[in-house]
Amino acid sequence: MSRIAGSRRDVAMMGFRRQTVPVLSTLGASLLHALPIVVTTPIVPDIAFLVLLSWRLLRPEMWQAHVALPLGLFDDLMAGHPLGQSMALWTITFLVFDFVDSRVGWRDYWTDWLFASAAIAFYASGTWYVARMMGSQAPFVVVVPQLLLSIIAYPLVALVVVGLDRWRLAR
Amino acid sequence: MAPPSTRRPGFSRRAQYGLFFGYVIAVAGIMFAVLLLLVAVVDPTGFAALKGASLDVTKPITAGGRGIVNFFGGIGGSVGDYFRAGSQNADLKRQLAAERQRLIQARVIEGENRHLRTLLKLDQDNPGTIAVTRIVGSSFASERRLATLSAGSSSGVRQGQPVRAAEGLIGRVIEGGHFASRVLLITDGASSVPVRLVRDGTPALAVGHGDGTLDLKTLEVGQNPFRRGDVLVTSGIGGVYPPGIPVAVVAAIQKDRTVAKPLADPARIDFAMVLPVYQPLADKPLSPQTAAALQAVQQ
Repeated sequence: MSRIAGSRRDVAMMGFRRQTVPVLSTLGASLLHALPIVVTTPIVPDIAFLVLLSWRLLRPEMWQAHVALPLGLFDDLMAGHPLGQSMALWTITFLVFDFVDSRVGWRDYWTDWLFASAAIAFYASGTWYVARMMGSQAPFVVVVPQLLLSIIAYPLVALVVVGLDRWRLAR
Repeated sequence: MAPPSTRRPGFSRRAQYGLFFGYVIAVAGIMFAVLLLLVAVVDPTGFAALKGASLDVTKPITAGGRGIVNFFGGIGGSVGDYFRAGSQNADLKRQLAAERQRLIQARVIEGENRHLRTLLKLDQDNPGTIAVTRIVGSSFASERRLATLSAGSSSGVRQGQPVRAAEGLIGRVIEGGHFASRVLLITDGASSVPVRLVRDGTPALAVGHGDGTLDLKTLEVGQNPFRRGDVLVTSGIGGVYPPGIPVAVVAAIQKDRTVAKPLADPARIDFAMVLPVYQPLADKPLSPQTAAALQAVQQ
């Protein structure tokens, strides 16, 4: 499609793209859970959470905190988590980010990565605790490799999200 | 870059209220989600219809792509095999010689077994398998170890049934849709399987460790009865898993834990068999008469 809208239809198309790409990309990342990968050790990062984090840190004004609720519900259903796990953890993350935004006046690449790392650590411990409530006896050490890998993977996911954002807003 | 300060919506009352209600909804939503979690803790089978439906919906993606993944996974394995061909060949020859002797022994024992069984008139009824299906996916990004089967209630798969492959035990069905179901793998932290040592029949529990291995727990305190290379099979205690299914092989003995590796790797196997619950009565609550009798004995 040309970058210049030639007709009303093009304008509508671009508006649609601008509004839906963030939500659709997050839902799409949740759908990755349906990929036919079978592994015995938790090591693959939770891409859906990373995509959500990237959008939130890139565009703080775009989503209000309660947007994480339906997105989390969808993720719970796709991944087979106990219902409410992602809903609660994602929304709490958003609320904390809102608070951080009101306190921290300065942001750059490194602080974003730091906040994302903190959020990833919170999310990993949260999922571990929920699993423990559900009767799992796995020690916390088991989730550490996944946690570290998620922190390393965050800039890559953020790169993709920035690319999507550029494409979304291109005119 | 300083963040844009669009969080503060200015002097508009309407915008301020909108922001405030956004937070109210978020907090209420978190409480609702925590409530859902508590419901899930009390009753893990809750919302079965909803979860089953979402399993069914994603099944086409999962099942369709499995062949591709297998193909690429297979390439890696074949290349590795090529480089190790020499040592592997020698190893296999040695194993074959040892196995041949064991096979003869096993045949003798099998004959003896049959003979003794007929003497005892003890016949194990074998109801066979409920469904032969494929493992098409797993919860790879989550801390739980769950796998997806491409068969559901339409093929007779019900919650609680054990699942095995030719190599060994895989797990137990925990939730099911119409065309797909989810299996709790034996390596999950919430799974424990009653096993016994093939060598001398020592009973033990194989508890999942969450990272692809199993912890072996003996039932009696004392010396560690396990040796590296010991094979464990299900004992049938508890009534869920039929006895005699290979489960794991002891991989390492550390100070306070015995690590076993499952014999069936869900990432490699193609077909899984869903078996009926060994003793269906084991899952049922006690009958009122039995419960009353037990109460009387305790008092």
